[in-house]
Amino acid sequence: MMEKMIFGRFIPGDSFVHKMDPRAKLIFVFAFIFIVFVANNIPAYIALVVFTFFIVFVSRIRLYFLINGLKPVLILMIFTFLLHVFFTKGGDLLVEIGFVKIYEEGLKQGIFISIRFLVLVFVTSILTLTTSPISITDGLETLLNPLKRIKVPVHELALMMSIALRFIPTLMDETDKIMKAQMARGSDVTSGPIKERIKAVVPLLIPLFVSAFKRAEDLATAMEVRGYRGGEGRTRYRQLKWTGRDTIAMVVFVVLAAILIYLRIYY
Amino acid sequence: MDIKLQEVGFSYAQNTPFEKRALHDVNIAIENGTFHAIIGHTGSGKSTVLQHLNALLKPTEGQIQIGEKTIVAGKKEKDLRAVRQKVGIVFQFPEHQLFEETVLKDICFGPMNFGVPEQEAEQRARQLIEVVGLPPAILEKSPFDLSGGQMRRVAIAGVLAMDPEVIVLDEPTAGLDPRGRQEIMELFNRLHHEKNLTMILVTHSMEDAARYADAITIMYDGESVLHGTPREVFSDAEKLAAYRLEVPHIIQFQKQLEAKIGRKLNTLCLTEEELAKEIGQLVREERDQS
Repeated sequence: MMEKMIFGRFIPGDSFVHKMDPRAKLIFVFAFIFIVFVANNIPAYIALVVFTFFIVFVSRIRLYFLINGLKPVLILMIFTFLLHVFFTKGGDLLVEIGFVKIYEEGLKQGIFISIRFLVLVFVTSILTLTTSPISITDGLETLLNPLKRIKVPVHELALMMSIALRFIPTLMDETDKIMKAQMARGSDVTSGPIKERIKAVVPLLIPLFVSAFKRAEDLATAMEVRGYRGGEGRTRYRQLKWTGRDTIAMVVFVVLAAILIYLRIYY
Repeated sequence: MDIKLQEVGFSYAQNTPFEKRALHDVNIAIENGTFHAIIGHTGSGKSTVLQHLNALLKPTEGQIQIGEKTIVAGKKEKDLRAVRQKVGIVFQFPEHQLFEETVLKDICFGPMNFGVPEQEAEQRARQLIEVVGLPPAILEKSPFDLSGGQMRRVAIAGVLAMDPEVIVLDEPTAGLDPRGRQEIMELFNRLHHEKNLTMILVTHSMEDAARYADAITIMYDGESVLHGTPREVFSDAEKLAAYRLEVPHIIQFQKQLEAKIGRKLNTLCLTEEELAKEIGQLVREERDQS
């Protein structure tokens, strides 16, 4: 069950996208999320889709992983699509069955929204698929550094995030183990009537919490023993390097943004 | 209850790019009432085999017969509870599965899941706490207040309380001190003989396998490669080395002794006691001759 989780997984590689600086990727994705909402007509959406598939191609990530990343938001996508199809009015009336009326504008908006979802999920998935969690936190920490001046504990937040990410696989393993141990004792969260399954959560959660707390304590001790004293004056083993590659990506982004804005104003 | 694995194969994450074939061509026949050891190097697939023994994992190839029930690869099975009641598993570090407020409740958890009335479950708990060598007063304590060794015994009692016919042990002595190890292994050996329970021990301790097992299966690289009695299996040190295993220390000692005195002992000794007896015999013979 656990091994099927693909969302948020890092797949090592050496493509153009893999080699980019995490800061560049983060800026790119963040800005991209905004720019997606600029698109409001067919050519703009075509440009977005073409661009997204271009990134997919450049990152050399297999489509399989991206489609899998789509699964968790699929229900939301279908729901918003249907909402638009049935309730947005405007344009020509396409179908009328009883009280159900489907308008051209509704269909168009539904498709647009779905494309928006698709593009956003693909691009954010590519970020997590091509960047190791550690690089993401490193990048985030550097980008948020200016906030230190207004007393935001950036280093601590980044550390918390990287520890959390580090322990996800460990906790998943642990969950699997405890789940199996309790299944062997006749309590099963994966099958049976819903009432039984809810009851079976307690024997799973308590041991999991106990071990998580123990782990946290051990980790704190281990960090202290090795002289951890917070972020002040701490140097880095992994240096972030902004290269020509990253500048190219930024330029590509500006061009895309320009195209989308142009299409919005003049199309 | 007999357990038979036939041509069993298993792949994790089947039909994804992460697919990993952990087992292939596994054939193991465990006879009712025997003490069967499954040994192998780290990563040989012994823990994956273990999870098949009560259908926590279902084979992706081949079939497994557990008592009356046959589990065939690719077929959906609905009710596996009966199987899980009959085959109890003591996982590695079983103390991690404790969760109830009191030891008593935790021991009763298993049997009550299988429909045993509360009163009977409690009765079993009171009886079993002594079987595993703990004072009855401990029943009212929180399992989280106990020492590691005590917690493990409580967890074992929790599995025994399900009244299984087969007990599967996954490295039951890992992390215990030598004395605790011996006590736990002796406990299982006693249960095996007194209650005629079928025992399946998954371990990488050659010593435990030699001392307690009637039959041994060796796993190597996801495959069952060798079967036999401990004497058969441990007689060929070279073959074992090919599977990245060693013969028990006591047999190594015997071989060195034989090389030194230039004489073979009558039998291959699997325990210190046996070897001591053989050497005593040898000394007596020598004395009688001179």
